[in-house]
Amino acid sequence: MTDTPPDQLSVPPNGRPYHEQPQWRNDFPIDWPQDELVARRDFTKFLVLTSFAFVVGQAWIVLENLRRRRRGLPPVRKIADLSTIPIGSALTFAYPAAHDDCILVRTGEERFVAYGQKCTHLSCAVTPRPKDNCLYCPCHNGVFDLETGVPTAGPPRRPLPRIQLEIRDGAIYATGVEVRG
Amino acid sequence: MKRSFSRRQKLTIVNGILSIVAMIVVLQLWLLTATMNSFLGGEETVLLPAGIASAVCLFLNAGLLWYIYQMERR
Repeated sequence: MTDTPPDQLSVPPNGRPYHEQPQWRNDFPIDWPQDELVARRDFTKFLVLTSFAFVVGQAWIVLENLRRRRRGLPPVRKIADLSTIPIGSALTFAYPAAHDDCILVRTGEERFVAYGQKCTHLSCAVTPRPKDNCLYCPCHNGVFDLETGVPTAGPPRRPLPRIQLEIRDGAIYATGVEVRG
Repeated sequence: MKRSFSRRQKLTIVNGILSIVAMIVVLQLWLLTATMNSFLGGEETVLLPAGIASAVCLFLNAGLLWYIYQMERR
């Protein structure tokens, strides 16, 4: 006679209770209810690991934010001479870092707008359509208003980052980046 | 004295804990997407509180898992 509980449907070969069995026998039980218990427990373990992964993701966001803050104000950088940009035309440039592609559009004699070129949906490059007064993302038909950078159609929900501009001595300069939510 | 459960009771408890953990994980997923959206939109104030909230959820989940293992040892 063993001390097996009444709801224990099967008895391990050595007749001892489950908590005295080796770990492998607990993990690969020979009866169905025990197997169900182990399967649920292992699924819970998997969910806890997923939970850990989410915390790692959160920590990564916080660290990236600290890194962004530490970078400080972006430098003032000359983009081009005014005479080289006809009205209604566009120019791509990198600002503030070499891999941050941006787009400058001349909309009038003294009117310029510049935005980060990455679509706020999935980072495809947006292209200017000055005649339609918009910036267009060909990947998923996203449309942004040319004057404000605010999305007007398609999947993007956030406006494009605006590049702050300054005109001096016949040239146009980038002086900062305004990230908007 | 710690109470020992029958296997049927253990299965019920594990099912209950699994449901709670699943709900917390869904909450964490929502937190992560909302935090990422705020980060990309230049909003900084929610990042740290959301990270702390997610860590609290993880500790809660880990505690529930630990309880399952403790219960099985009894």
